[in-house]
Amino acid sequence: MTSLKVWIPLAIFLLFCGVAAYQLTQPKDEFVESTMVGKPVPDFELRPALAELPGVSIADLKDGKPKLLNIWASWCVPCIAEAPHLDVLKRQGVEIVGVAIRDRPEDVARFLNQYGNPYTKIGADDLSEIQLSIGSSGVPETFVVDGNGIIRHQHLGDVRAEHVPVLLQKLAEAGAGA
Amino acid sequence: MNRAIASILAVLSLFALPLAAQQSLPPAPLAYEQLEDPAQEEAAQALMETLRCLKCQSQSIADSDAPMAGDMRHQVRSRIQAGEEPEAIRAWLVERYGDYVSYAPTVSETTWPLFAVPVLLLLVAGLILWRRLRKAS
Repeated sequence: MTSLKVWIPLAIFLLFCGVAAYQLTQPKDEFVESTMVGKPVPDFELRPALAELPGVSIADLKDGKPKLLNIWASWCVPCIAEAPHLDVLKRQGVEIVGVAIRDRPEDVARFLNQYGNPYTKIGADDLSEIQLSIGSSGVPETFVVDGNGIIRHQHLGDVRAEHVPVLLQKLAEAGAGA
Repeated sequence: MNRAIASILAVLSLFALPLAAQQSLPPAPLAYEQLEDPAQEEAAQALMETLRCLKCQSQSIADSDAPMAGDMRHQVRSRIQAGEEPEAIRAWLVERYGDYVSYAPTVSETTWPLFAVPVLLLLVAGLILWRRLRKAS
């Protein structure tokens, strides 16, 4: 009986090593999810990010229509990759409202000229204030917001082809719930 | 010699410009600017050292030069300047990003074993020691 007890500390140590080794082989999750899903977007008002399009305020998110709130920037490389997929969503009748992080009007205009404009409105968030207030931790991120300004879904990272149906589904759910 | 180095540096600085792309705007007003009131700045600094930079996850926002960390420092300093309590600002961020954003340990539904297990181990160790000592005497 005592001979078995002797092995207990070693067994615990090996278990610990096993857990550590397993965790080391797991890919690191770089994304920090927002805990604002299900909660309303806080009040805000952003000046237009460029002269041609209006800015964005909380009233725009409470007009009864579910829409996408896309956090992006002209200096953000993955935002170039997601541009064609946002365009697909736009052509399917989705309204996409943009928030440009730390951006200049001329850079925003150049980006839209080059990669197309899926947005109906773009607000300029120079101090990441809206970004922080909705729990977004980087660019690009896309939020599904229902007609009452409540966040229904968060998509982290760039939107790829396989995410388009997911976002359409989430928008449909948001529309049914509003 | 110095002039040669200076001119080399001047030429090199031209190539450094594209690297500053994320920083096409100047940093937020209070990102690198300390608050005038030393007590407020001290409170802000203490809070910033315990908030996680979301873009560079092993650093605090006080430690990081990421533009987003600068914006978070601006957020912290401007709120403290407006008289908000540091813990209220932490709570505001935790409400948005979860406990992950804060380095300050809290006892919660998932973390309580971290606090309970050491106490338990101490109790067990104490009990074993007490029994041995009693046996020895």
